[in-house]
Amino acid sequence: MSGLGTIYKKEIRENLRDRRSLFNSVLLGPILFPILFIGLGYFAANKQQERAEEVLEVPVVGAEHAPNLVSFLKQQGVVIQPAPEDPESLVRSQEVPVVIRIPEKFPQQWEAGKPAVVEVIADPSRRESETPMRRVRGLLRAYGAQIGQLRLQLRGVSPSIQTPIMVKDVDLSTPQSRGMLVMMMLPYVLMITAFTGGMHLAIDSTAGEKERKSLEPLLINPVPRWQIMLGKMSATATFAFASLFLTLLSFRFAFPFLPTGALGVDLNMSATAVAGILLAVAPVVILAAAMLTTLASLAKSLREAQSYMGLVFMIPMIPSIIFMVNPVTPVTWMMSIPMFSQNLLIGEFVRGETVPMLWLAMSIGSTLIIGLAFAAVAATLFNRPRIVFSS
Amino acid sequence: MIKVTNLHKSFGDVKAVRGISFEVRDGEITGLLGPNGAGKTTTLRMLYSLLPPDEGEIRIDGLDPTTDAMAIKRTLGVVPDSRGLYTRMTARENIAYYGELHGMPRNKINERMEELVETLDMSDFIGRRTEGFSQGQRVKVAIARAMIHSPQTVMMDEPSNGLDVMSTRALRRYILSLKAAGHSVVLSTHIMQEVAALCDRIIIIARGRIAANGTAQELMTQSNCDSLEDAFVSLIGTEEGLAA
Repeated sequence: MSGLGTIYKKEIRENLRDRRSLFNSVLLGPILFPILFIGLGYFAANKQQERAEEVLEVPVVGAEHAPNLVSFLKQQGVVIQPAPEDPESLVRSQEVPVVIRIPEKFPQQWEAGKPAVVEVIADPSRRESETPMRRVRGLLRAYGAQIGQLRLQLRGVSPSIQTPIMVKDVDLSTPQSRGMLVMMMLPYVLMITAFTGGMHLAIDSTAGEKERKSLEPLLINPVPRWQIMLGKMSATATFAFASLFLTLLSFRFAFPFLPTGALGVDLNMSATAVAGILLAVAPVVILAAAMLTTLASLAKSLREAQSYMGLVFMIPMIPSIIFMVNPVTPVTWMMSIPMFSQNLLIGEFVRGETVPMLWLAMSIGSTLIIGLAFAAVAATLFNRPRIVFSS
Repeated sequence: MIKVTNLHKSFGDVKAVRGISFEVRDGEITGLLGPNGAGKTTTLRMLYSLLPPDEGEIRIDGLDPTTDAMAIKRTLGVVPDSRGLYTRMTARENIAYYGELHGMPRNKINERMEELVETLDMSDFIGRRTEGFSQGQRVKVAIARAMIHSPQTVMMDEPSNGLDVMSTRALRRYILSLKAAGHSVVLSTHIMQEVAALCDRIIIIARGRIAANGTAQELMTQSNCDSLEDAFVSLIGTEEGLAA
């Protein structure tokens, strides 16, 4: 086994010397991702607050049909703007987020005690019009409710008869579980890191070795080929693990800077959570190293190997995106799905939940089985002349 | 002592080696001479157990490369066709790496390193990273790393490829010194002067077969020619792939 150790040491040493690739593969993620998170967090928090506090300026078409409604809106702090010619095109061109139109029939309907129609013109598919639209609707509804109560009271009916059901929200979400953005993104980032961290080394030590024509002389040494492969794979896994560890560490220090109050985010990056995540993702690092080394060995040149890597990225992305789009509640059987179970586990750890040992064991076990199967295939690759002499 | 009997190797439809048999004696320099694509490199690769033969038998000091690959690799020193170095490592580290792969202890590696730096005249660049090395410097490092474990049998595939006159002369002197020290050397080349200057015995390979086998004198007599070059052309029956 000393051959394996020699190969491992050499690959690590040689790649540590490649400053640029070291930075790209191991350090860029840990620096970039937390900054990205904090930045996005602040941006989102600012936007939300801004809109909620902003003075609501709404053009009203046909204000003369409902002077009481308009003065109610004014009382609530809405700045009423003069009626535009063509409110639809104004909203469509995003000049104003929302326009109220009071049709001519409003006074008639109002007098007759029928539901009087008020139109709220907006484009809900535009995110920036969401908040103003919600506020306008809320105000209109409040006015409607107020008038409705008055009408009932005038007829001698208790307004509460109108409310057969009183819905009361009992909020069980902890501040942690509200940090959805971070929670959905974090597993994705960490899974990607498990792949990117060792990518350069995997390519350099296989396709690169082929390209600079040092593979043949290497194979003439009295070291079994599986040891050579395993040494390279272990070095790849080490780099990936280092990158993952550094990323987690920098997140731990970055989390206090996240705009927790504004977003209602308070996630847990305790030492225990860091250790738990490392343990859960470590098998992915092994699986990634085996996959990367296998693929890069099949390539004839560095360039070809690099072009395969785009495909490899899809592997951790797909389960993470499924999880992002459709967040599920973790159930035991899901822990047997490699790559997906880690997404769930990271979420649990970050939310500060106690993770059942069985879950952790299932996740580690299933991922490790696939990882080792890949490693076993990779270990035999250098036995094929086609792969050794393909250049 | 190397004994090869009826060696065959194909890559798909291409029959690279078709029935080669020869012997390499201890303490001699044996040249595998042949035009480009004759099957020299493939034959050597089978000898140093990188490729399994399709058919035939190889014995190196009684060992079979297909079953005793590790044992044979320990006794062989090989400078193959590809001699890529690790450019982010110094010449010394490149050589020491091979020593470690042979399981040599650190002090043994250092000791041997000094000898090789001396013999191959590498003191100017031994501590430098191999990025930007000249062909000559690269070949020296490739030879040094192949010789770090003091192998009895040495195999070199076109060792003077890309070398200038001075480096070629130094290389030839080194190969002759190996013979003087009792090593067996197998050399593949397509360069006539090299064979004439170095080899005790010449094995001419053409189209995957042995065209002739003997000393330079024997080959000339056999073909009724005055020069080795004419003998070579006459024996392989064509001038194809012949380099000066």
